[in-house]
Amino acid sequence: MATGVKPRVKVPKTATVGEVITVKTLISHKMESGLRKDEVDAIIPRSIINRFVAEFNGQLVIEVAMEPGISSNPYFQFESVVPEAGTFRFTWYDDDGSIYETSKEITIAS
Amino acid sequence: MRLTRRSTLVLCGGAAAVAGLGFGSASASALADEIERFTGGATVATGLVSLTAPEIAENGNTVPIRIAAPGASAVAVFAEGNPLLRVATFRFGALNPAGVASTRIRLAKTQNVIAIAEMADGTFRQASTFVKVTVGGCGG
Repeated sequence: MATGVKPRVKVPKTATVGEVITVKTLISHKMESGLRKDEVDAIIPRSIINRFVAEFNGQLVIEVAMEPGISSNPYFQFESVVPEAGTFRFTWYDDDGSIYETSKEITIAS
Repeated sequence: MRLTRRSTLVLCGGAAAVAGLGFGSASASALADEIERFTGGATVATGLVSLTAPEIAENGNTVPIRIAAPGASAVAVFAEGNPLLRVATFRFGALNPAGVASTRIRLAKTQNVIAIAEMADGTFRQASTFVKVTVGGCGG
């Protein structure tokens, strides 16, 4: 189910102290809702990413609890204040127990 | 309530014709129940929170929505015409004080999308948007 899952994240490379930046994340996943049926009328089991967390230097930016009503290839765009240079860490939790992670550095523009 | 929802899902996946029967009244109370699970029965005011979605969505499988809830600690998004009413729950940390987030959701049919925000002081605010769906994303 969870093959070829690839997270993609867009974060500016630099920011000024206290700047509000926009972060875009996308992860490829078919997000099988568990409501569809196959050719023989059997329900296709649910297989989604159920949780997404974005943190900056260990501080929570946003956390999303996802239900099957989220589209395939879940996309999130959100804002974050940048108080200092550091690392954004993004984590996705799959129904099957897989965890997908990626991170992005951001520096302070002088 | 859980059972009702389950059976509604099956209807949605299988026969669209059956889904028409008695669906309206059932979904209204189910929605109230689902919202109460989030608010704990607190009264919900309007204002301060915004939910942006297209007036007409051609493809119900990916409908872009944007929420902006300054000062909210959490926002739950509900789709009143979906087999599973709750779509997502956002929790905002201190680094996102404007409570801004966008995502893409599935909508089974033309319906209201509702965002309910829990503000930092424990009160609840809601915003809703009516979305016309041309081709429903029924269960995927």
